[in-house]
Amino acid sequence: MAKNEIKYLTAIKTDKRVKKFCRFKKYGIRYIDYKDVEFLKKFLNEQGKLLPRRLSGNSLKYQRKVSDAVKKARQMALLPYVTDLLK
Amino acid sequence: MSGMTKRGKMNNYELMVIFTPVLSDDEFKAAQKKYTALVTENGGSVVAENPWGLKSLAYPIQKKTTGLYWVLEYSAPAEFNEKLKIQMLRDESVLRQLCTKLDKYAVEYNAKKRSGVKTGTEKAVEA
Repeated sequence: MAKNEIKYLTAIKTDKRVKKFCRFKKYGIRYIDYKDVEFLKKFLNEQGKLLPRRLSGNSLKYQRKVSDAVKKARQMALLPYVTDLLK
Repeated sequence: MSGMTKRGKMNNYELMVIFTPVLSDDEFKAAQKKYTALVTENGGSVVAENPWGLKSLAYPIQKKTTGLYWVLEYSAPAEFNEKLKIQMLRDESVLRQLCTKLDKYAVEYNAKKRSGVKTGTEKAVEA
């Protein structure tokens, strides 16, 4: 048994979960532009679907603005409705 | 803001239009002029105009995979948009159009974006 390899009964909780924050409130962004496709892609998953709030970490007010902007971008063919390997 | 009466209340709007890619360059310019003239005729004023030109679409529209994008920011009385929409629906060189009302934050964002000032979204990108 190596000297430094100490076995604990219960595993130490190592992964300190990063506290999610709403980037719009923190950085004071008030308007989400539907033309800014690169920025909107942050809120879409691989298939081009909207990320839920628990993953994107947005507050309710800005999650709605993001979803409006994404739907407008999809309407104007800036973003696909459904795709694979969007990133 | 001129004409603040109830009827003639001026609002800020942003119009994005996709023209069919078949249009030649001067036809594209003529179409732009036609709609800007329509705005100014009806008591509106053009704030900014930004033709993106030929861009590939994320999905085909009317069997076409590319389109001529054009973004126009203007302020006009509220009832002008209905006329604009009818004109656009009648014009078959327009594939798709989207008119959005701009609140004060949106107007400020657009002004900042045009003048190259940082709009704050860069900071949020890495979050």
